[in-house]
Amino acid sequence: MTPNATGVDAVIDVVTAVLLIAGALMSLGAAIGLLRFPDLMSRMHAATKPQVLGLFLVLAAIGLQMREWWVWPILAVAWIFQLLTVPVSAHMVGRAGYRTKHLHPELLSTDELEAVVLRAAGQRAAEKAQEAESAMPHTGKARNGGNARNGGNGGNARNGGPSA
Amino acid sequence: MSRKRISFRTELPLLVWLVVVWGALWRDFSPGNLVFGALIAVVVARIFYLPPVELSGRFNVLRAIPFAAVFLGKVVAASFQVMYLAVFRGPTVTNAVVAVPLRSHSDLMVTATGHVISLIPGSLVVEVDRSTSTLYIHGLNVRNDVDTAKLRKEVQDTEASLIRIMGTRAEMDALRAEGWPATRGAGS
Repeated sequence: MTPNATGVDAVIDVVTAVLLIAGALMSLGAAIGLLRFPDLMSRMHAATKPQVLGLFLVLAAIGLQMREWWVWPILAVAWIFQLLTVPVSAHMVGRAGYRTKHLHPELLSTDELEAVVLRAAGQRAAEKAQEAESAMPHTGKARNGGNARNGGNGGNARNGGPSA
Repeated sequence: MSRKRISFRTELPLLVWLVVVWGALWRDFSPGNLVFGALIAVVVARIFYLPPVELSGRFNVLRAIPFAAVFLGKVVAASFQVMYLAVFRGPTVTNAVVAVPLRSHSDLMVTATGHVISLIPGSLVVEVDRSTSTLYIHGLNVRNDVDTAKLRKEVQDTEASLIRIMGTRAEMDALRAEGWPATRGAGS
């Protein structure tokens, strides 16, 4: 607050206060969402998204209070970087979460990715089986025997290690 | 080293952006600082080589401004929606993973659509199939087929708007041919 507060200053202060409180509420919403949502994916919604708006509101409040023109470009750059990075991090975490099955299938009304994943997995398994089969006639037997022997040796060594 | 030369025109948006960041970080937009920043931007772009982003060469500002306004409005509305869901629905919220086939096969368009969709709370890109340019989207509070169709339509409408802003001529023609705003069917 400047000592000689005029009407304009008062209005700017009120707007700043509203923006700050709204921004803080967004963060509060994110925190509540983190606590209350049931699985990783829905938590990602709460953890990443409300901040985009929350940060925007807080940055706008800072810009209003500073009242220097040079602060606006850096605030804009900060927000744009947030816009660019948030979806990427959300996507990476969501993708990793889906692949490691950190989700509750019973809470999904439809899952159109599951069929695709299963089909791809089936295809890969079939390809692998085919590869193994085609490799069999030449070196299959020898390699299998070698593997078995190696495995056995490894097991023996590991088992026998501590006692020897 | 053999690398494909990038035309100055393709690189210009990146250079302008780097100069803006430089000026913002120094809080100094005087001509001298900007020229020095441009010099550094050129050197950085030469040394730290990245695959060029294939821009379509057109950018419709008249469509971009309303799009930005609508986007901001959607972010506000959806933020409050997620907050409401967090507070009142919490553990009982029902979600869905929805496959959305996109029209465009350009990396830029798929990325931009995924970004915009991810930034609007309530939808999150889980997986991208680049070969068929299909986005797999995790939607919050998607309870039935009606919600699924709504989410799919929203993603495809977003893509249509983005194509109108910065899509290539071919994408625009494809859009016109299918009679926008009617969206494509469920696809897969």
